[in-house]
Amino acid sequence: MWEIRAFEEATQRLFTSGLVRGSTHLCQGQEAVVVGACGALRDGDSMLCTYRGHGAVLAMGAPADRAFAEIIGKAGGLCGGKGGSMHLTDASVGALGSFAIVGAHLPIALGTAFASTYLEDGAVTLCFFGDGAANIGAFHEALNMASIWKLPVIFVCENNLYGEYTAKHLTTPIDRIADRADAYSMAKHCIDGNDIAVVHGAVAAAAERGRAGQGPTLVEALTYRHKGHSRTDPGKYRPKEEVELWLGRDPIPRLAEQLRARGVDVDAVEAEARAAIAEALERATSWDDPPHDAMFEDVMA
Amino acid sequence: MSELTYREAVRAALADELEADPRVVTFGEDIAAAGGAFKVTEGLLEQFGPRRVLDTPISEQAIIGTAIGASIKGLHPVVELMFADFAAVCFDQIANQLAKYRYMTGGQVDVPVTIRMANGASLGFGAQHSQTVESWFLNVTGLVLVAPSTPQDAYSLLRASIQSPDPVLVFEHKGLYNARGPVERIAPAEPLGRAAILRRGDDVTIVATQLMAARALAAADELAARGVEAEVIDLRTLAPMDVDTVLESLGRTRSLVVVQEGPLAGGWASTLVTRVVTAGALLAAPPAVVASQETPVPYATNLETAWLPSVERIVDAASRPAEVA
Repeated sequence: MWEIRAFEEATQRLFTSGLVRGSTHLCQGQEAVVVGACGALRDGDSMLCTYRGHGAVLAMGAPADRAFAEIIGKAGGLCGGKGGSMHLTDASVGALGSFAIVGAHLPIALGTAFASTYLEDGAVTLCFFGDGAANIGAFHEALNMASIWKLPVIFVCENNLYGEYTAKHLTTPIDRIADRADAYSMAKHCIDGNDIAVVHGAVAAAAERGRAGQGPTLVEALTYRHKGHSRTDPGKYRPKEEVELWLGRDPIPRLAEQLRARGVDVDAVEAEARAAIAEALERATSWDDPPHDAMFEDVMA
Repeated sequence: MSELTYREAVRAALADELEADPRVVTFGEDIAAAGGAFKVTEGLLEQFGPRRVLDTPISEQAIIGTAIGASIKGLHPVVELMFADFAAVCFDQIANQLAKYRYMTGGQVDVPVTIRMANGASLGFGAQHSQTVESWFLNVTGLVLVAPSTPQDAYSLLRASIQSPDPVLVFEHKGLYNARGPVERIAPAEPLGRAAILRRGDDVTIVATQLMAARALAAADELAARGVEAEVIDLRTLAPMDVDTVLESLGRTRSLVVVQEGPLAGGWASTLVTRVVTAGALLAAPPAVVASQETPVPYATNLETAWLPSVERIVDAASRPAEVA
């Protein structure tokens, strides 16, 4: 979690200094969801996430230097510099894609889960998405078909209260997105997404259900985006009291407290994480740009 | 070699690939128990079972997405879109996800998805079930676009598509499902992307696909009666587009007519003309394109008939440059 926090802070600095092109979507404040959920997986499982996916891809074990290199468009990036911030992918660790069309990857998660059922490989698919995605058609098609086919998918909704720039209550007529599982006869959990142990427990239970052939689960993890939607969005549309309330629920100090109670030297953990991220960034920035011909590679097999 | 309809040839290709490769699965709306809206997949459920031949909800985004995800894990899914027009419902999955996944991930994973769809006019299905939609995808890099015209090509090109490591859209012309022809049920010998020369001639080159390929051949017969020998080329795949075969033909004929079902704007015919002209083909007359009218596909028989390029219009277009020359 400390590595992800440091990674995102560094990415933010890279963006403001002009090294990151286009846009970037940061996940500070949501680290417990991705670390808790990905930590409940085992080798061979798949994970798909959104364009706010740096944390999830790192949580699967993708190397931070290659993730940085992708974000700044280097040849050594996870995708050779052709994906960018919104498309971090490392298939070797099961991070099968960061998808930048809201909700589009929920149907794709059905496919990796379908293949697991077909191949009987015992794997599950973890699929992150935001509260905004719960209002797009692909979400409903995917939940319905996952349930009909009893696919081993864990849909994890990172409900950070905002779909891009608009508050959830203005776009979604129900309080709990998890309740949408009822319409698809699907198991559900609505949990504190800023408590890593709670997230881990819920996702582990859902994974067990999936591996046992009992079908998909919808997990709604309540969390908060410390930063704006993207780029330099300061998030001024959010009430000050709300931001302060959620900054007080920051998952990292909460985890730190739990770890200190167990005698862990948290300061050392954090220092080590920050050093590792700084070194990763230094390596990534030293790498070459993609060669011109890379443009024409990988279009077709 | 046996005589099969285009529909039976597609079914045979599916059956032979399901038989040959355990990675192949097929799913779509009504394709299993009901055998498909056009009965193309009839009998496959009985032959291969519900693990490999599946009915889906009416959820085109979920169908294509599931195929993409399954292909990422190594399967070779073949999915059916009941009507090609429904590709609009899942355009994001095809254009933004399927076509770009390999590229955006730096080639980490192949996505060997095959999407079959019933394409084209002539059967009176009206404006939302009759379009030739292949040109929608021409501007989306990363897809192979296959448009078979004969039962043999329906068989061979589909098998090659399913075996391909790339995403392939196979446009089956619904007006051809009952067309009969000889089909040899052997593994495809040549890669996707090669045009077929359906008729040899040295006076004019007519390029067409699918329903229009048959009309181009009929037009060639009429032209022959007038002493004009037309070469008829069936592109068979629109991406990649076999421009070399057309250029070779134009080297002899110096006269080009392209016949396209569907409105002219943004179509593959314009792309072909551009590629041919910019490649330096020396033509004796301006190239001609015979396309559909610039309207949605009308319903009434006489209107739909008038919408489709006719043999007469092809003959007309092929005669004109010859006269100018």
